[in-house]
Amino acid sequence: MTDQPTTLLRLIPLLPLAGAAICTFAATRNLRSVAKIVGPGSVLAAFLVVLAAVARFWQLPVGSALIDRVWNWIDVSALQVDLAFRLDALTSVMLLVITGVGFLIHLYSLGYMHDDPDLPRFFAYLNLFTASMLVLVLAASLPVLFIGWEGVGLCSYLLIGFWWAETANADAGRKAFVANRVGDAAFLAGMFMLFWGMAAAGAPSLAFADVNRMAPQLAARSPWLVTGACLLLLTGATGKSAQIPLYVWLPDAMAGPTPVSALIHAATMVTAGVYMIARLSHLFVQSPGAMEVVATIGAVTAFFAATIALVQRDLKKILAYSTISQIGYMILGVGVGAFSAGVFHLMTHAFFKALLFLAAGSVMHALHGELDVFKMGGLGKHLPITSKTFLVGTLAIAGVPPLAAFFSKDMVLEAAFMHGHPVLWFLGLAAAGLTAFYMFRAYFLAFAGESRMDPHVEAHVHESPSNMTIPLVVLAVLSIVGGWVGLPHGFLWGDRFGEYLAPVFAHVGGHGGEHAEAGGATPLLLMLLTVSVAAGAIFAAWKMYGAPSTLPDEMEARFPKAFALLRGKYWVDEIYDALVLRPYAATSRFFWKVVDSAVIDGVVNGVGTVLSGAGESGRRLQTGNVQHYAFAMLLGAVLTAGAWWLWR
Amino acid sequence: MEHGILSAIVWTPFLGALVLLLMPTRNENVLRWSAFVLSLVPLLLSLRMLQLFDPAVGSLQLSENAAWMPSLGVNYALGVDGFSLWLILVTTLLLPIILVSGWHDIDKRLKEFLFFMLLLEWGMLGALCATDLFLFFTFWELMLFPMAFVIGVWGGPRRRYAAIKFVLYTMAGSALMMVAMVYVVLRQAAATGKLSFDIVSLYGTPLTYAEQLACFAAFAIAFMIKVPMVPLHTWLPDAHTEAPTGGSVDLAGVLLKMGAYGFLRFALPMFPAAAQDAFPWIMLLAVVGILYGAMVAFPQPDMKRLVAYSSVSHMGFVMLGLYAFNTIGITGSVLQMVNHGLSTGALFILVGYVYHRRHTRQISEYGGLWGIVPVFSALLLVVTFSSVSLPGTNGFVGEFLILLGAFRAHPWAGSIATIGVVLGAGYMLTMFQRVIFGPVTNEENRALHDLNAREVWALVPIIALIFWIGLYPNPFLRRIEPTTRVLLERLRAAGATRHLADEDRRVSPTAAAAALGASPAHAAEPAHPAEPAHAAGGAHP
Repeated sequence: MTDQPTTLLRLIPLLPLAGAAICTFAATRNLRSVAKIVGPGSVLAAFLVVLAAVARFWQLPVGSALIDRVWNWIDVSALQVDLAFRLDALTSVMLLVITGVGFLIHLYSLGYMHDDPDLPRFFAYLNLFTASMLVLVLAASLPVLFIGWEGVGLCSYLLIGFWWAETANADAGRKAFVANRVGDAAFLAGMFMLFWGMAAAGAPSLAFADVNRMAPQLAARSPWLVTGACLLLLTGATGKSAQIPLYVWLPDAMAGPTPVSALIHAATMVTAGVYMIARLSHLFVQSPGAMEVVATIGAVTAFFAATIALVQRDLKKILAYSTISQIGYMILGVGVGAFSAGVFHLMTHAFFKALLFLAAGSVMHALHGELDVFKMGGLGKHLPITSKTFLVGTLAIAGVPPLAAFFSKDMVLEAAFMHGHPVLWFLGLAAAGLTAFYMFRAYFLAFAGESRMDPHVEAHVHESPSNMTIPLVVLAVLSIVGGWVGLPHGFLWGDRFGEYLAPVFAHVGGHGGEHAEAGGATPLLLMLLTVSVAAGAIFAAWKMYGAPSTLPDEMEARFPKAFALLRGKYWVDEIYDALVLRPYAATSRFFWKVVDSAVIDGVVNGVGTVLSGAGESGRRLQTGNVQHYAFAMLLGAVLTAGAWWLWR
Repeated sequence: MEHGILSAIVWTPFLGALVLLLMPTRNENVLRWSAFVLSLVPLLLSLRMLQLFDPAVGSLQLSENAAWMPSLGVNYALGVDGFSLWLILVTTLLLPIILVSGWHDIDKRLKEFLFFMLLLEWGMLGALCATDLFLFFTFWELMLFPMAFVIGVWGGPRRRYAAIKFVLYTMAGSALMMVAMVYVVLRQAAATGKLSFDIVSLYGTPLTYAEQLACFAAFAIAFMIKVPMVPLHTWLPDAHTEAPTGGSVDLAGVLLKMGAYGFLRFALPMFPAAAQDAFPWIMLLAVVGILYGAMVAFPQPDMKRLVAYSSVSHMGFVMLGLYAFNTIGITGSVLQMVNHGLSTGALFILVGYVYHRRHTRQISEYGGLWGIVPVFSALLLVVTFSSVSLPGTNGFVGEFLILLGAFRAHPWAGSIATIGVVLGAGYMLTMFQRVIFGPVTNEENRALHDLNAREVWALVPIIALIFWIGLYPNPFLRRIEPTTRVLLERLRAAGATRHLADEDRRVSPTAAAAALGASPAHAAEPAHPAEPAHAAGGAHP
């Protein structure tokens, strides 16, 4: 099972990178039509190359991979890093999602950004992002992954602040980058630990293939090193994938144009942490403690973010917290060792969350930027395609069978339960109920019932153009059928998705074959339970928001504190501000004004005054700066001689 | 004198300065063009040197040696190795860039300014090429004067204060270094019966531990001032802020590197035992410098001051890698000197561009420039992210190697220093955002005109190098690493191995390749049929 060399893979990130360069040029010359062709075109071209590469990969024996060594990147002493790309089953899934969904979002952007004077710059960023994301999933080693990892962070920064004239957007972009940097610093430290651990084991390398292969030996030599490295890498993942404690940037990131939210802050970039953990599955399974932390962070985030989404009024904010929550499921999945389930949910989520965001964008487009669901209502009759596709996305995310997330979410929850995490399973189950509730709340408020729109706005409501609705329809179809590749074991063709990915992942406690062993009624019961919770939540949402009701107000009157807590998002931003940012700013000022200017410079100037006083008297003999020079030299010599004499 | 190439590099700026001074014209354009052409000569010569340089050799090469003051054992001796090679190239590259970028910056005494800039280059190149301690010291002092004049004559409102501060700080260190230098030479003469200032022979001077400690302290303080390391850094923000753009670029690009270079060339190999025992202290100061510099940079209202404090932070990284005492750390550190010179140099040039237009460096005076000067904004974006070490740019490779090396030497120092990566993003993005993003708050800015072709082209070489070093650093690293090995061998041979990381002995590249079983070209499978996951099984009963 050797890897097959190829030079095809480098083309995949290179095409959108070239697209970014051309669009940048177009931006300087304001060549809008060039950008309109090259922007989506380069991603479509990358998609076609991905198809060709994946077709070639499928011809290889199971467990092999395509490898493309571009050049030797860093070579110092024991450290050897190749700029190399590698395509295996996991990468093939990611590539198809990134270029496929990515292309649809590029297409949609043509309509959405139609009137924006900066359209070429937009496509330049979007293409650069796509290239970075492709590097991230194609990387054959951690440092190369890190190029993509920080590259997507840069693009996210630029795209959140795309409308730079608003200070709030720029602030949100900076917040995203710095929060990600906190994770990235930990990620770096994890890489360093891993490298020296590998070196001590005689294999200094950061290539995934080597790390995964050496993982058992590493753990045998030093379990704490593996745990430490995994926890540091996990911290990196919590930054990029918006998990507790570093999730705070994602809701603010909604300041960017909506296609950006769909592509970067829902479908692709934020799943990078999940991908990274899955990629290093053999390492992570060597540290049960780290896995426990991964799973716990995932489950708690899934529940925590879902509660905040319950009371949000801003459609994009609801979707943002929903994204945090859904990524929590993926992290939970990989944390309990169900790597293919986590990646499965990653894929279906890319479909339905991109769909939901793009539909939200379509609503914004129709309503001139209005995002408050309480100022919508009755949109169904104005926006037939948007509302129907949004409903499909809502049904999918709520886990209604046989739509995509029904299968993927169920697989994650089942794995959590079967692998002995009943508490985390319960959190996930509760979050599933909350998800169904808040998504249908949003749907009912926005699309059903009577209009609460401003008459001015209502008069101009219109369905979006076809280049926006076609991606919606395609994604809606994918949100329905996308889960069918991973059916429960023994049902029709079974879990083809899991079988496809199985050669890549480490296997925990018999997972993979565990459906068969467990067999019996438990998975079926769990599935029924999940579905009934979702159904109950949908019914509750309909009772409260689908029909005229005073229930929401009564609830708020009864539990004002709970509502305030959720509306305030648990005041996490405020807590971070008080505990980290403000003390940091104050300490910085103190160091500057007191330590640097007063203390250190005070001493220096004191010495200087004495010297220049002496220099003034010396001026009668000589002029210019020379006397300072001579004097300082003399003083230095005297001090040294004095020190020398004392020391003796 | 087999080659003479180094002499040519060192002396052509001096000759150029004389030519310029003697030119019977005050026509500014003639002067500018002459200076520019004259500055290209050492650049071309140093590129030729790069061609002659043998990457496989770690010790000094292209050496020249001639008697200068035979009675004192002073020789005119030049040489180059992996530590000085790239710094020489940065020095010769920066001067033409400075001249082109600041074509119209100087509005008084242009001839003298150009004269001093060439003289400064002469001093810096001499110090980098000298392999005789006395010659080094001569050039070390020689670069001080032109720099002081550049700050003191063409600087901002507080230029006199800044220049004097710069001179006093540096001189205090120089004096210490001079005393220690003389002492070492005398001890060496006592042992061998022959006066010599030859650096390599001084490496073997028999000194007692106490003598080593005292002499190391003297050299180290001189170099720490130059680096600068906290708390000996306060001359830098003033010098940077007051200096004209060209002065700031040379200061950041080359002068600061002299400190770290001094450690590599003199302080470490001459006093190996004492240098090793300073390990915890230098590590501590380096980490403090990284964090303190970044923190003080954060609230600075003046762009140049902010960049100056960022230099304190970045040079902290350089010292950290240097004191990692392993091949990866030191090699990264030398590369990072080059990187910092390029990125910070470019930052100062860009700040100079807007300063030249608006005559203010206050961050609060700007805002919303993206819509007014997009080319400027895009270049600042690239340089900003190079400065915060985004992978793919030069800064990342250096910082990665430094931190990786530091992790081996001292995991805690490495970990804490990694926080600097976050803080760096904090202050740089804050400045970028306040200048480039947001609404246009100052109407005066609406009239700003974007960069012209000259201003853009001046930066093109730096931008190209930012990506080149970021994506393909091996041509640089390959020429540094052998010299790093020579230094580490020397320290090891001196028996001072207390803090020497043993990564090289434990894992030679060949052994590593053997351990990995295969070359990376056909790397092994990750998914060897399911490792029996006994360790993980326990977690999921």
